[in-house]
Amino acid sequence: MKSGFIILALITLLLLSYGLYQALVAAPTEATMGEVQRIFYYHVPSAWTALLCFLANFVASLWFLAGRSGRADAVAVATAEVGVVFCTVVLLTGPLWARPVWGIWWAWDARLTSTLVLWLIYVGYLMLRKFSVGGPNPMLAAAFGVFGAFNAVFVFMAIRWFRTQQPQPVFGGGPKSGIDPQMRYALMANWVAFLALAILLIWLRYTLQRVRQAVEEAHAMKSLVEPEVRTRR
Amino acid sequence: MKFLYAAYGITWLVHIVYLIILTRGFQQVRDEAEELTRK
Amino acid sequence: MSTLIDVLGSTLAKDLRLEWRSKDAVNAMLFFALLVVVIFSFSFDLSAEESRQIAGGLIWVALLFAAVVALNQTWARELRNQALDAYRVSPAPAESLFLAKVIGNFLFVTVLELLMTPMFVVFYNLHSVRPLYELALVSALGNWALVANGTFFGAMSIRTRSREVMLPLILFPISIPALLAMVSATTATLTGESSPRLSLVFLLVYDIVFTILGLLLFDTVLGAE
Repeated sequence: MKSGFIILALITLLLLSYGLYQALVAAPTEATMGEVQRIFYYHVPSAWTALLCFLANFVASLWFLAGRSGRADAVAVATAEVGVVFCTVVLLTGPLWARPVWGIWWAWDARLTSTLVLWLIYVGYLMLRKFSVGGPNPMLAAAFGVFGAFNAVFVFMAIRWFRTQQPQPVFGGGPKSGIDPQMRYALMANWVAFLALAILLIWLRYTLQRVRQAVEEAHAMKSLVEPEVRTRR
Repeated sequence: MKFLYAAYGITWLVHIVYLIILTRGFQQVRDEAEELTRK
Repeated sequence: MSTLIDVLGSTLAKDLRLEWRSKDAVNAMLFFALLVVVIFSFSFDLSAEESRQIAGGLIWVALLFAAVVALNQTWARELRNQALDAYRVSPAPAESLFLAKVIGNFLFVTVLELLMTPMFVVFYNLHSVRPLYELALVSALGNWALVANGTFFGAMSIRTRSREVMLPLILFPISIPALLAMVSATTATLTGESSPRLSLVFLLVYDIVFTILGLLLFDTVLGAE
């Protein structure tokens, strides 16, 4: 287990370094935006990764509701946290890109706004877990996870259709259409790297959660066998 | 461009902070486990 | 099936009766909504045309805040006398409790809206450009969206430590799609600049999806230990 982990960590490091090189050196400089455009190579893959994490959370929540498995719950909390981490990166790099290019820190365009709402939903998920009376409540969390995921779909649609007032600066100029192949390569390279990083982080968080679950159980067993007053964390 | 470095830097910062949080979590859980076996 | 309707009926009747006697929720909500309207008016210095544009959004913001007040109340009331535990133990289907709460809250919020609308019409000099039934439809669907989600999350947030804060915290982000649709539809009916049809369909689908989800998952939430 440990060795698999170390191997993954090394691979991740390698991929990230390669991605960094691609983004900063190998990819050509963009015509209109200049060097700043390179933020794109971190901003966009982070967004895609965050989405995948939240999708994983949805699946894990369903899995938990189906079988009440402790493993499912561990995956759920891990993916939610890592998703929020990547989402935070998106929300921080977005303005840093927008400011020098369009002169505004924030634009209520479809993508940034959707990301913000997504961030709010899953931070809410984490807070629900944290502030439940009597310790994190996996059932409530799973129900919320399912709700949140469905909601995310509606969020994307709603923002797309009902937010027509705001100017829609095209972030990234439609990354999938007519983009320079070198740039696309750099984008994908970084995405693969971030995916590896995400898997690494999720694995870590999952393990931590499983250990915590085991300790909790051990505590509970102990209290059964030797009744004692134990202060709950 | 300052913004470029800031963006990359912040990305790393966020991930590193998260790793630190996780490390602390592991330490805490290890302490708890030890406390259990000690008793 | 008959148990479902029975329990639904009796729970609903009980809630309505309680509310009628104390008028807690409606009073609080009404006053809160009024305050929101007034504060907004003082915060922004708007021309008549501008007011008309934002009135749609403003109504729903005020309603959202006011509804949260009521939603917290309905669940807190159950918690007070351990009524919630009694429900959990009884063979009554959780779905009927959920539906009863949602319908009850829906009625409260509708009453609130009926009381609030004259205020808005007066303060913002509104008149509906499109047929009135469209506005009624928007309100009904929008209310239901708010209330269905709010009731479900109310039940969840009751289990948390800082429960009054928890509900708005998780409810607001979740309500955003519905809010966007509601505001769009309301503005369309008030200004007549566009058709509210898309928003209405969206709201309808939203309502159906989340009511079904709520029904399916409420048992889980109720029984969660």
